[in-house]
Amino acid sequence: MMNKLPDFIGGRSGLLGLLVFAALLLLVFPAAMNVDQLSLAGRFLAFGFVAAGLVLCWGYGGILSLGQGVFFGLGGYAMAMYMKLEASDGLPDFMRWNRITELPWFWEPFHSLTFTVFAILLLPAALAYLIGIAMFKRRVSGVYFAIITQAIAVITTILIIGQQGFTGGANGITDLRTLKGWDIHTDSAQVTLYYATAVLLIGVILVGKWLLSTKYGRILVAMRDREDRVRFSGYDVANFKVFIFCVAGVFSGIGGAMFTLQEGFMSASFVGIVPSIEFVIFAAVGGRLSLLGAVYGALIVGFAKVMFAEAYPQLWLFLIGSVFIVVVLFMPYGLAGLQENLTRRLRAYLRRTEEHPSSTPSPPRGTTSVGASNRPSQGEPDADGSLSTQEVRS
Amino acid sequence: MTTNTNFLLAVEDLTVSFDGFKAIDGLNFYMDYKELRVVIGPNGAGKTTLLDLICGKTKASAGSIKFKGQELTALPEHRIVWAGVGRKFQTPSIYESLTVRENLEVSYPEGRGVWGALAFKRDRRVLEKIDEVAESTFVKDMLDKEAGLLSHGQKQWLEIGMLLMQDPELLMLDEPVAGMSVKEREQTAELLNTITEGRSVIVIEHDMNFVKRIARKVTVLHQGQILAEGDMDSVQSDKRVIDVYLGH
Amino acid sequence: MGDFTTEELLAIFAMQGFAGLSLFSVLLLMALGLAIIYGQMRVINMAHGEFMVIGAYTTYFISTLVVSQAPWFLDYYVFIAVPAAFLMAFIVGWIVEAVLIRHLYHRPLDTLLATWGLALIMQQAFRSIFGAREVSVRLPSWLQGSYQPTLMIDIPINGIAIMVLTLFVTAGVAWMMYRSRWGLRVRCTVSNREMSGAVGINTRSVDRLTFAVGCGIAGIAGAAFTTISSTGPTSGALYIVDTFLVVVFGGAGSLLGTMASAFSIAQGQSILEFFISGSMAKVLTLLVVIGILMLRPEGLFASKVRR
Repeated sequence: MMNKLPDFIGGRSGLLGLLVFAALLLLVFPAAMNVDQLSLAGRFLAFGFVAAGLVLCWGYGGILSLGQGVFFGLGGYAMAMYMKLEASDGLPDFMRWNRITELPWFWEPFHSLTFTVFAILLLPAALAYLIGIAMFKRRVSGVYFAIITQAIAVITTILIIGQQGFTGGANGITDLRTLKGWDIHTDSAQVTLYYATAVLLIGVILVGKWLLSTKYGRILVAMRDREDRVRFSGYDVANFKVFIFCVAGVFSGIGGAMFTLQEGFMSASFVGIVPSIEFVIFAAVGGRLSLLGAVYGALIVGFAKVMFAEAYPQLWLFLIGSVFIVVVLFMPYGLAGLQENLTRRLRAYLRRTEEHPSSTPSPPRGTTSVGASNRPSQGEPDADGSLSTQEVRS
Repeated sequence: MTTNTNFLLAVEDLTVSFDGFKAIDGLNFYMDYKELRVVIGPNGAGKTTLLDLICGKTKASAGSIKFKGQELTALPEHRIVWAGVGRKFQTPSIYESLTVRENLEVSYPEGRGVWGALAFKRDRRVLEKIDEVAESTFVKDMLDKEAGLLSHGQKQWLEIGMLLMQDPELLMLDEPVAGMSVKEREQTAELLNTITEGRSVIVIEHDMNFVKRIARKVTVLHQGQILAEGDMDSVQSDKRVIDVYLGH
Repeated sequence: MGDFTTEELLAIFAMQGFAGLSLFSVLLLMALGLAIIYGQMRVINMAHGEFMVIGAYTTYFISTLVVSQAPWFLDYYVFIAVPAAFLMAFIVGWIVEAVLIRHLYHRPLDTLLATWGLALIMQQAFRSIFGAREVSVRLPSWLQGSYQPTLMIDIPINGIAIMVLTLFVTAGVAWMMYRSRWGLRVRCTVSNREMSGAVGINTRSVDRLTFAVGCGIAGIAGAAFTTISSTGPTSGALYIVDTFLVVVFGGAGSLLGTMASAFSIAQGQSILEFFISGSMAKVLTLLVVIGILMLRPEGLFASKVRR
């Protein structure tokens, strides 16, 4: 028995969920997939960062952002700028094509990898902070916030495409081959990058779980339930929202950078409305209250898209559209919620058959709801864990 | 205009208008330290609006609200709470998906900034305080239950408990016994009598029997102004008050 | 701007302003439907653009039919196409409400996601039925050509026609909201749903009708849209963000606000477009709108309500 388990793991079932997840990513996938499939999985894991961020700010905080692609793009472009500078002597090719003769000032610092790493983390945080302060201090929330973040995604896309000379325009920043002289396109590099992404992602999920286990995590849920009560309990609600939005932004930025590293390419097509909403699909399908679920969602939807879009490109939009509707209508807590429900029923069933093998069934435990996941256990055997959810309460 | 700093709360010339309609109209209202005050009045008299103004939910159009000499009208809501004002809402306002213990914990007046909340430790001090408050508000047995599963009356108590966690100097309760059974009302009346020790309380209530049980001084609001003030008997025999309640 | 004479500048403003009016018309017609739906039931319809496209394809279908079967009718078909566009979008809206939307009342963020799924399905349906290529309608001869008040100003007739149509529809909506029984019921339900139910208003059918009417108006927007641009499966998606901003900017629930904000967004964009590139004009307009929303989060014309 591990008695010294940190609170935020979420007890035994939480640990189990994490171990399964880690084993899947670090052992099963590498063993079962060829390099191409594995590197594909690595790209979907990069999307998983964004989805995990959305679980925090949307699932727990109730802040739906339809502009997470912007943060993904910030991280991705920062990485791409560094790699592009490394790939070109002096001026990147697309700048020459656009008759720009001198490297723009904001490209200069991206000669340094250290700066780039900081930029990947801090640029999304800074932008999220700006947007957050502007919106949450003015109490813009809910639907309005969603629409405004969507508009910001539109603005960013237009800017990137319009400022071709500085950004590579619609083509994006292409032909990225090396990181500090290391060729990223070889098979071994792709595998290494996959592992790096998986390990980073597990780290990010642990951070998320820890956040949710603190008093901050409970205030986050409290804010989603009753914002006014939190405010009149002496909290500056806006700051709490800004923080989680920043965290989600940073997660997305890391995902973007890892994506660029694996793909060797970054463009505006990962920034706009459509990718931003796709990130939300991942989180919705996997379960908006489950950090691990969101990553599973990214993997499942990602692979489904690849398989379907090859076989029946016509049907893919029908399928994903229906998935969206079905998930929202019938399983608002996604696959994680489904799994949670099944486990609970199974346990209740087992317990019943154990206790009174032939008696009439007691009322299903499903009517009581299990709270937010990652809550420090109070010693009672809690059914929650990594794939935890809350009942819909009308 | 004399601003008396000997009062805990001094509301002066307070006015708020919504599209021209004055919900509170040049109101003057004073509270002593450790006073229990019941505010009554017909629907639309401005009772809830008065509490909204004091706790900062609604911004005043004119006038001042001084709490221990500090002007509240300029403060954001959470600062008003920090100053020592607690407010219970009319419909129980608790966090349904957190447990009762977590509900109380969130109200503990430490770790109120983002970083503070991240570093917050649930230590003995906190747990003891939670137990103490849960005991006095009759929710001790429910600590590990999810708050959404409580009965209506228990939710009301829990919200009062959440306020007690903050140890406010001024506690404002908006219809604390609404939706409660007779027995629950009696328990609540007792609870009110104990929590008044050491702090001031404003209670808005419609239930006259309940008011009689707890009231020492009563303020009657009507059309955003004070109609009468005094002990229960004198207010009840006031002709204007009777007119207002029985119609003209 | 130094390269232009005052006279030229005025002409530019007049023409760009008029081009803006066409955009204004489409935005306003779109936003009207969206605002009615949001105001009535707090449903964010991300598929609203696709309802516009239904109207556009309906118009296209009728125009092709007329061109091939009854060329003599070409001058008049628009008078059938506009009601038909309304009707088609209305019917689809009715069905969508019955099947999907009614499960999502009071979950605004979820309606946003579910209707996005719907939008994807509708886009693919358009692509399957009408093909991925953009199509254009054949305009009646009297809608072609332009009106030239001075030598430098050149105003296309179809723009004027859209304006007239928009005015009619807006007046119609205003009449319905403030003069008809339906409008009374809608306003009742908006201000107090439970009470309306209690006094015998069937809020369910009010909801369904409102949603369908909102979609129908988007259909009319689609009919108008065909006269200024060609239609593709994703044409609607291009307008949805702008339309939402129009609604939010105007203060949801205010007819006057919606008009004012559609006008200022369309005009701002159109006039800026002449001086900077179209994309930058859009960026600038959106940024200004977001900036103003920060100062007035409740929109331009939101009323203060005592809660």
